[in-house]
Amino acid sequence: MAKITYRQALNQALAEEMERDPAVFLMGEEVGEYQGAFKVSQGLLQRFGPKRVVDTPISEAAFSGVGVGAALYGLRPVVEFMNWSFSFVAFDQLVNNVGSLRFMSGGQFDLPIVFRGPSGGGTQIGATHSHCPESWFAGVPVLTVVSPAFPEDAKGLLKSAIRSNNPVFFFEGERLYGLEGEVPDAEFLTPIGQARICREGGDLTIVSGGYSTHTALSAAGALAADGKEADVIDLRTIKPYDFDRIAKSVQKTNRLLIVEENKPFAGWGAQIAYDIQHRLFDWLDAPILRVTGLDIPQPYNAKLEGQVLPNVERILAAARQLLA
Amino acid sequence: MVGEDPGVAVAEPKAAALSLSPDQQIALYRQMVRIRRFEEKAAQAFMRAEIKGFCHLYIGEEAVAVGALSALEQRDAVITAYRDHGVALARGTSARACMAELLGKRTGCSKGMGGSMHLFDRAHHFYGGHAIVGSHTAVAAGLAFAQQYENTGGITLCLLGDGAMNQGVVSETLNLVSLWRLPIVFLIENNEYAMGTSVARSSAGLPLVNRGSAFDMAGRTANGMDVEDVRASVAEAVSLARTEHLPTLLEVKTYRYRGHSMSDPDTYRTKQEIAEQKKNDPIFLYRKRLEERRILTEDLAKQIDDEARAEAQDALTFAEQSPEPDLELAFSLLFSPEDRIDPVPRPRYSDI
Repeated sequence: MAKITYRQALNQALAEEMERDPAVFLMGEEVGEYQGAFKVSQGLLQRFGPKRVVDTPISEAAFSGVGVGAALYGLRPVVEFMNWSFSFVAFDQLVNNVGSLRFMSGGQFDLPIVFRGPSGGGTQIGATHSHCPESWFAGVPVLTVVSPAFPEDAKGLLKSAIRSNNPVFFFEGERLYGLEGEVPDAEFLTPIGQARICREGGDLTIVSGGYSTHTALSAAGALAADGKEADVIDLRTIKPYDFDRIAKSVQKTNRLLIVEENKPFAGWGAQIAYDIQHRLFDWLDAPILRVTGLDIPQPYNAKLEGQVLPNVERILAAARQLLA
Repeated sequence: MVGEDPGVAVAEPKAAALSLSPDQQIALYRQMVRIRRFEEKAAQAFMRAEIKGFCHLYIGEEAVAVGALSALEQRDAVITAYRDHGVALARGTSARACMAELLGKRTGCSKGMGGSMHLFDRAHHFYGGHAIVGSHTAVAAGLAFAQQYENTGGITLCLLGDGAMNQGVVSETLNLVSLWRLPIVFLIENNEYAMGTSVARSSAGLPLVNRGSAFDMAGRTANGMDVEDVRASVAEAVSLARTEHLPTLLEVKTYRYRGHSMSDPDTYRTKQEIAEQKKNDPIFLYRKRLEERRILTEDLAKQIDDEARAEAQDALTFAEQSPEPDLELAFSLLFSPEDRIDPVPRPRYSDI
């Protein structure tokens, strides 16, 4: 096991998969000569050349479509958005083309493509750069949505995403890139659709994903001071999410708190809450609660942004309400 | 006689195209007649409500698809917008598979999931029928990118309408293909109207082909009512793409006789305008030309027409008798099986 950053883990995943399969290429803004806006692609241009590490103009709609066409033809594109908030000018490509072409062609074409980049707030870059569109894309039937919180999963899931024969939307976190963690030295894949248990406790189940998993873990630590222990489940894959793992925990704790950075209305936590109440109604001792981003655009001001994001205080308050 | 025949002889005698044998000329003619008869049959089926949703007919534009696709090799990729029946037929998709798709049947080329605007045929390198205007041009660039990446020697032909030229993604894409020297030909089928809005009312900087010069693209024009002119212009552009990796923007002037779709009342242009345009009917003109060249006899023309009518009727009968797709089939088309990673669970969130 080596201790590396989340950024390095992604870099290793890209390099290993490009080494393994000549059909894999990386495309996006500043991925090549600039070495990546967040240095995720550092060194890849030197190693694989400009044919496979393709710098694009600022044309998200066009280069997303290029990815679609290349995937239809049989290549395995990894398309980087410098920020997932920039993907919205390519929404048509992502929803209509990635989301429909296999189905609409009667299954004639596969779309083995990964779209990846950072999403979420917490770095004071304002409302237009701080979106969490995971739930928006999860609303498209065929899209797989992945959001790793730890370096090991970042590497293992990106490798799985690249080897998947289906489109995967891969959400990283700008605040996670510098996070260090143990990553196995040997080759490994993290399965898509399986959650990770980050902390075990019998009083409460907390489900989270991406950066919010770390906030949830901090809150669970603080909760322990109250003498209450929480199961903390990191989803890793938002869609399809690991219902069975959550169910197992809820059947033990009978209380569920969901922590998600996206805005509340129809966020992925609403789907989980629906499924759990629907299928485990008799197991619940309290209403399911959700701690989400507050229902306003992201403010620039640091103090305000800290209040808008899910934070330890709001998670603790919700947990205590559930346990009361 | 061919349908929509204006009954006026205006064909200019032209020297036989250098590279076209009599058989090839007959083949071009036959292909246009096939499309015309297929589309007339589709119009009938739409009027009888056998075809629902949108149905955009290619009548009047046959020379564009037929001429353009005749300049391609089998390994080349073809992609177009939603007025795609003629393109699919010219590419080799069977009339049965096309008509069955229009009727939403399981035997359709897209298994009844796509409909009129979304015909696909992988075996013939036909990458679809795309219905969001301009969207497919970026996908087309991706096909050409992959052809270059894999060094296949193939090129991509992307047909688009005049209306698409005002979509942002098209400008982005023209920049990319020129910057990256992708082997691609963009063919604007300028039929004068984006739905009910004429080119003059929608577009600055005419002619549209000029837009390519902003990106240093080769630009060409062709007469879309003349199948040989289209073929010759596309052949040159294809050669540039294949041998020099230079993309071309080609503007082809054509005209559709029918409304934008079957549900278009066609109130934005006069009957006189349509009648005037029908004097340039591409099938009628080519027939006159081939008769003057003594390649096409009246008997052969009749035989071709009879066969095209029979093919269209056979396609419709086949489609009518074909089974409907079911939900089981629909759900089975969502995901490609995984063979490089563990199976991914695929719950249906709509299940209760």
